Amino acid sequence: MISFEMGSAAGPSCLPREFWYPVTLLSLPGWPGRGRLSCLVSFCLELLDCLKAGLSCGSVNHIWGWGTKDDVEDAMEKYMNKFTDIGTLIILSLVIAVFSLCPSSAGAGERISITGSTTALPVAQRLAEVYMEKYPEINISVAGTGSGDGIRAIIDGSADIGTSSRDMKGKEVALALEKGIKPVKQVIALDCIVPVVSLDNPVTDLKVEQLRMIYNGKIKNWQNVGGHDKQIVAVSRDSSSGTFEVWQEKILNKDKVRPDAQLQASNGAVAQAVAGNKYAIGYLGIGYLNSNLKALKVNGVTASFETTRTKVYHIYRELLVFTRDEPTGPVKAFLDFVNSPKGRKIVREEGFVAIN
Amino acid sequence: MSTLSAGDNQASESTTGGVELKVQEGIPKYVFLAAASTSLLVMALIMIFLFREGLAIFGKVNAVSFFFGKAWYPTYDPPEFGILALIVGSISVTLFSSLVAIPLGVGTALYLSVLAGPTVREYVKAAVELLASLPSVVLGFLGMVVIAPAMQEILDIPTGLNIVSASIVLAIMAIPTITSISEDALYAVPRDNLEASYALGATRWETMSRILVPGALSGIGTAVILGMSRAMGETMVVLMVAGGAAQIPSSLFDSVRPMPASIAAEMGEAPFGGEHYHALFAIGIVLFLMTLVFNLVVTYISARFQQKGASTL
Repeated sequence: MISFEMGSAAGPSCLPREFWYPVTLLSLPGWPGRGRLSCLVSFCLELLDCLKAGLSCGSVNHIWGWGTKDDVEDAMEKYMNKFTDIGTLIILSLVIAVFSLCPSSAGAGERISITGSTTALPVAQRLAEVYMEKYPEINISVAGTGSGDGIRAIIDGSADIGTSSRDMKGKEVALALEKGIKPVKQVIALDCIVPVVSLDNPVTDLKVEQLRMIYNGKIKNWQNVGGHDKQIVAVSRDSSSGTFEVWQEKILNKDKVRPDAQLQASNGAVAQAVAGNKYAIGYLGIGYLNSNLKALKVNGVTASFETTRTKVYHIYRELLVFTRDEPTGPVKAFLDFVNSPKGRKIVREEGFVAIN
Repeated sequence: MSTLSAGDNQASESTTGGVELKVQEGIPKYVFLAAASTSLLVMALIMIFLFREGLAIFGKVNAVSFFFGKAWYPTYDPPEFGILALIVGSISVTLFSSLVAIPLGVGTALYLSVLAGPTVREYVKAAVELLASLPSVVLGFLGMVVIAPAMQEILDIPTGLNIVSASIVLAIMAIPTITSISEDALYAVPRDNLEASYALGATRWETMSRILVPGALSGIGTAVILGMSRAMGETMVVLMVAGGAAQIPSSLFDSVRPMPASIAAEMGEAPFGGEHYHALFAIGIVLFLMTLVFNLVVTYISARFQQKGASTL
């Protein structure tokens, strides 16, 4: 708890001295008799006490029965306690807020922010890292929350580059034009989507029609497609994800995905749900294939970088980047790097298919 | 510490008189009134936002087909916004997880407050508190990578991502809440009553079952409801472990898609301001109302069954 010798703190006398304690801590060169650092340390310890006291007082006490009887014995004392503790907390948080602002305003160099598709996240991150290593004065922040967010960020201007695994919808184009923005699109990679089963599953090749019937619920047993007599557990991506949209367009073709399909929120979650479950089938980006999964051929074609680039394997989509206008300055330099041989190498290393 | 500052204040009160005291009392009053109003204001703004964004869906979809429609196909053309399967999903995992968590949580609390010796108590209590501090994503990961595959393998069921595995993980999360609040409630039962019971020759079991538990019932009830409310609102675990199939389950081993999972999974991709976006906010309203009901029940229980006597809860 806050305690100090009387008369040691400065400040106008209309407020209790405790009120000025944190202020004086910062304005005085040192607490009388103590160094500044030890002051800060003891202040932090006291803050912890304050937090504990804050938890055990107030209405929570009455509802949940926390705290001890002693807490309510002396109303005046309690009032003073709460007063001191909360005042300290507020002022300290203000001080911290002011301090935390300092480094960001002191940061130098150009900043580029990228946001959007979770599919493009690993490749965007890697590209940004390599680029920043080469040009340390450039600062690139990368976030991945979804293609919709990437496009939204371009429209509202909260990011310089929006990544997306789908093209803009009519509504979004209209919204952008309404705001006077002319989004510019570039293809940076192809994302090839591959149906997968667990290693125990004897099935190796499925036709598009069979995949469609598995996913719309017409085929419910592996026996019907050349496997064991086992129920099929269809694992799908969320119906709002870009990966799902490709599956919908290329495989389901207007049919609805069966209601008992497990909708997973990410490629990684699909891989996890399918690996080791001999009942399951799923689909994911070619970059997420691993040794615990068996990739199925589609219509006899094995999915690979080569077959995707030559368009023999046709379950793929384009990964796009959007900018608010024709890219200029550092954004253009970065996008040029992405399209350079070095950038393409990174795209390949991240498991996507680089465009020629 | 506090005695010093209180004494200090009283001294200044007697020497400097009324005016300064008024200023001393007045300024903090308004400062903290402002602080207290912040949370109220934020709450009000969130509610306005939630309802404004959510209610917009009812202009396009009628309420009956929204609440009782079984098909959740928000991105199709034409879209279908029936959230019955999501509501049933949420309720099923909440109920089943309470079935697991209540006996374990209340049992732990009883053990800690009545039977455990001081050393055991200290360790078990620390463990329970540690459990409470585990991030939900870690527990979700555990459920997804360990519990679900093991369950699928051992029981040879089609999928381990189902109501049971999600409920087990949710129960693990609810146990610390239930245990610590129940334990506090058990401690709030007046020692006088227990001692009177022992003095009359009652055994430990009789005292526990007839004096201690009835005396702490309102607190235990509160604990259970808060635990359920935690399970209902938990997002990460159900997103990772419940399977995510928007269907009305026919068995405990079916996958479900509870409401928070649907919001979390779809909000990032829902076109801003579209029907899907509004529908997700409307699901948020349903979730909000459900947890509100839980909170009202808690308030009712603690007011209605408030224990009279030496100590009140």
